Amino acid sequence: MRKYLLKRVFYMLLTLFLVATITFFLMKLMPGTPYSNQEKMTPQQIKIMNEQYGLNKPVWLQYLIYLGGMLHGDLGTSFQYSNQPVSYLISSRIGASAQLGLQAMIFGVLVGIIIGSFAAINRNTWIDTLCTVLSIIGKSVPNFVLAVLLQFYIALKLGWFPIADWGGFSYTVLPTIALGVGPLAETARFIRTGMVDVLSSDYIELARAKGLTKFGIVYHHALRNSLIPLVTLIGPYTVALMTGSMVIENIFSIPGIGEQFVKSITTNDYPTIMGVTMLFSAGLVVVILLTDIVYGIIDPRIRLSGNGD
Amino acid sequence: MAERILDVKNLEINFHTYAGDVKAIRDVSFHLDKGETLAIVGESGSGKSVTTKSLMGLLANNAEVVGGSIMYHDQDILKKSEKEMQNIRGKDIAMIFQDPMTSLDPTMKIGQQIAEPLMKHKKMEKKKAWAQALDILKLVGIVDPEKRINEYPHQFSGGMRQRIVIAIALVCYPEILIADEPTTALDVTIQAQILDLMKELQSKIETSIIFITHDLGVVAGMADRVAVMYAGKIVEYGTVDEIFYNPQHPYTWGLLNSMPTLSSTLLEAIPGTPPDLLDPPKGDAFAARSAYAMKIDVEKEPPFFKVSDTHYAATWLLHPDAPKVTPPTEIVRRQKLFAKMSANKSVKA
Ligand SMILES: Nc1ncnc2c1ncn2[C@@H]1O[C@H](COP(=O)(O)OP(=O)(O)OP(=O)(O)O)[C@@H](O)[C@H]1O
Ligand SMILES: [Mg+2]
Repeated sequence: MRKYLLKRVFYMLLTLFLVATITFFLMKLMPGTPYSNQEKMTPQQIKIMNEQYGLNKPVWLQYLIYLGGMLHGDLGTSFQYSNQPVSYLISSRIGASAQLGLQAMIFGVLVGIIIGSFAAINRNTWIDTLCTVLSIIGKSVPNFVLAVLLQFYIALKLGWFPIADWGGFSYTVLPTIALGVGPLAETARFIRTGMVDVLSSDYIELARAKGLTKFGIVYHHALRNSLIPLVTLIGPYTVALMTGSMVIENIFSIPGIGEQFVKSITTNDYPTIMGVTMLFSAGLVVVILLTDIVYGIIDPRIRLSGNGD
Repeated sequence: MAERILDVKNLEINFHTYAGDVKAIRDVSFHLDKGETLAIVGESGSGKSVTTKSLMGLLANNAEVVGGSIMYHDQDILKKSEKEMQNIRGKDIAMIFQDPMTSLDPTMKIGQQIAEPLMKHKKMEKKKAWAQALDILKLVGIVDPEKRINEYPHQFSGGMRQRIVIAIALVCYPEILIADEPTTALDVTIQAQILDLMKELQSKIETSIIFITHDLGVVAGMADRVAVMYAGKIVEYGTVDEIFYNPQHPYTWGLLNSMPTLSSTLLEAIPGTPPDLLDPPKGDAFAARSAYAMKIDVEKEPPFFKVSDTHYAATWLLHPDAPKVTPPTEIVRRQKLFAKMSANKSVKA
């Protein structure tokens, strides 16, 4: 088991290194420069600026310098926010995004599991149809439309929750719902398909022959087996949500990282682009490892070597 | 006389399908006495599984019980609610399924799978139920049960899994055990072991067994009585000796003829296929495949004719006016043996 983990960690680092390298060079290929008003700048000014940010050095040297910094946890300095270190920029904003993403994911997956199970248990009845229609709507309505509707009806008309801004938990409720509907619909669809399959299997028949109640059969046997295909979906989805959603953060004025990232791309803010990409990739490789571990917990047949037989 | 614990009378079950009603069970009656083993044999599709599922109240959603009764002691199973059936299933009537590779939950420890019926029916705590699960694991011949109780189904071979399925079925000491082709999916050597185990446990646990199979070969050593099913009906029933050595229905002849024995090297499969149960034939359903069919067979359904107190067959050949026919050679050989056996018995008596 330990050997296995060490091997996995090595591959994770290798992956991150490759991502850093590829992103770095791709980024250099992007058109434009980091300066917003280049037309008004004299060649001298540009030269000074380039020197200041190290952009006058050959690309391979810039790359080595960047890698070197990264090893020490230094992600460079943002171009758009004068002299703010990228690591500070990220750490001050990732909190809100991560909280929102995690909440949205928990909400979406839990409600999705319930709705999907309901649909599967009542297969081919109106309940099933209703659940399917709901999840299609949830999947096809863009989340900013839902966000605006929630703001208007729940926040403005009913006044149950704040319209926007970032404060206590109550501020997170509406954006959580808006952001969580996507994973909710996806989860419901996955669970329904999986559980319909599982419910027609022999071991469910045997569970019925034991005299278990309907609820007992679903809860103790069907659910766990239907969760297996969902595991692969949840991990990457969570990372994607936790690293920020530009639209939702914009609509609810949440000081998250999603908006930051998009801005950094349009302004060629190289260090910020790199920083956020690396964060996202790191999240992803960690989550993939976690997924494999969770997979083994849920499905004993693929338990990691050294832990099973 | 032995205590009668199950009495099925005139059972009729249809399945609603898009093509129409499948008349899967057509006027089936049989009974089960305490401690005995009844084998139900017949080709694929003859209605064996549907019959047993109706005993458990586990029929598919599109099934409709059109008529009849299933008396378990003095209660009609067909009149019970789902809740009441849950209290009978796994406790009084338990079941073993055909394919041990798929009938265990792959994500649950086998200890818990065996403990579940105890926790449900005997209201046992988990710890106590697991202790009892351990005992029954020993009983069904699992080696090193203390370790294996914590393992998952994929860590066991097919034969071992079927032992576990048997353990689950027997853990509450049910009065009736239904085994629906419990050895069909297993190797021949493993088959024999499982059958031996079932016999051994039957005497220990004092359960009655309904043993479903399409293979007459495994019946001889297992059953006390045999019911032969064809196209949703029972066409002949009697003691094992009566069915094996004095069969009367041409379908039973066909089954025995297609069964490998030491003396016969020639295997004859029954020609043709069973009738479509969407629109079953009017007379004897086997007539179309029978070399012994008479005119009346296609016109009128034969009633049961009595052969002995325990032996009945639904074939017009037993009617007093029917012409005498000579069964296949193998059957004649068997009937001669039977005559000898009865002669011996009456001498002794
Ligand atoms: N849910 C269902 N809907 C429609 N028809 C069904 C259904 N279940 C069973 N049948 C039909 O009922 C008949 C009897 O089926 P059953 O499963 O009892 O056969 P069997 O004797 O157990 O055969 P096998 O040896 O293959 O297990 C078959 O013709 C089958 O097609
Ligand atoms: Mg069957």
